[in-house]
Amino acid sequence: MQEQPDGGDPIDWTGAILSVLQDWRVSQIAYVPDAGHSDLIVRCDRAENMRLVPLTTEEEGIAVLAGAWLGDQRGVLLMQSSGVGNCINMLSLARVCRFPLLTLVTMRGQWGEFNPWQVPMGQLTPKVLEAADSLVFPVDDPGQMGQVVAGAARMAFEGPAQAAVLIGQAVIGAKSFGK
Amino acid sequence: MDNTTDQYLNGTLDRNRAGDYPLHRREVVAALLADRGDILVVAGLGAPVWDCTAVEDHPLTFPLWGAMGGAAAMGLGLAMAQPERRVLVITGDGEMLMGLGALTTIGAQQPGNLAVVVCDNERYGETGMQLTHTAGSLDLPAMALAAGFATATSIRSDNEFKAAVPAIRAASGPGLWSIKIRAEASPIGAMPPKDGVTLKDRFRAALLA
Repeated sequence: MQEQPDGGDPIDWTGAILSVLQDWRVSQIAYVPDAGHSDLIVRCDRAENMRLVPLTTEEEGIAVLAGAWLGDQRGVLLMQSSGVGNCINMLSLARVCRFPLLTLVTMRGQWGEFNPWQVPMGQLTPKVLEAADSLVFPVDDPGQMGQVVAGAARMAFEGPAQAAVLIGQAVIGAKSFGK
Repeated sequence: MDNTTDQYLNGTLDRNRAGDYPLHRREVVAALLADRGDILVVAGLGAPVWDCTAVEDHPLTFPLWGAMGGAAAMGLGLAMAQPERRVLVITGDGEMLMGLGALTTIGAQQPGNLAVVVCDNERYGETGMQLTHTAGSLDLPAMALAAGFATATSIRSDNEFKAAVPAIRAASGPGLWSIKIRAEASPIGAMPPKDGVTLKDRFRAALLA
């Protein structure tokens, strides 16, 4: 949870995401983990009617969720920005067949990043997603997370379309490994 | 370790051996899809798509024209969404090798209704018959077993294949069958529709009607 600068109550933005996923009856939660998604993954695991599908690489998730849709289930793909680079060719599956693809991307290498190896994909993430025909919705205010994810989910599942929410480092913090 | 592993280690492995395998891909796929009942099929790109279409352009066969490496993972998502239906992935060795991680993801999920059939000619058939790693020491069924598959085996003869068909159709999974087929030119013949939206919509219409 994000501490508010004014010392107010922290915003439960992962709870807002979970609520949207439940509203849309999203059942397959495919992911390559990221620290920024760890709370959401735990809460999805505890939720009824949600099945975690840990992946070895992110493009697997695009194929898994295409199969899910063929079988009439909805899914979501959780990953870190570095994983977007692993997905490019497989995104053609979503684009050519117009499979709904809701992706929640936690950003690294975007802002305040201590690890320069994260910066190339962090900076390329919105560009390559847009080049691959995905809708892209950055979120830097945790208070807006619920409505942005809800809007992305609607466009993904009712489009159908590829819709990626980029969860900024302003929301999840810039990882420091304590240094 | 199987025989090919020993041969690989002692330097006697014939990497062109698939030219003499007795099974032919068209006959294998035709037998798998004969009297298919209500199974759902995902076909990996290249020759498996042509093989499936040669039998029938069926709405419950989803042919991949691209997305190399995604066939088994797509079968997994479908199998989890439709646990009461048999899901059969028919793909090639090159396509499977590009998505090997999916074997471990399938092993982790343990879908009881998923069968993966690899039509293994030990070649990249669409690009000039270059050797794949299965022409060397790679043992795909051993990898699948290590990943947690309930069943995984290589099929090398007509008798073995005929004996395996009932398990491919019905064994509690996940299962993988590497069917060693002859490395040979195969006519493309009939093609399925290329339009992905058409393929998706007709599959869902046939399944969810």
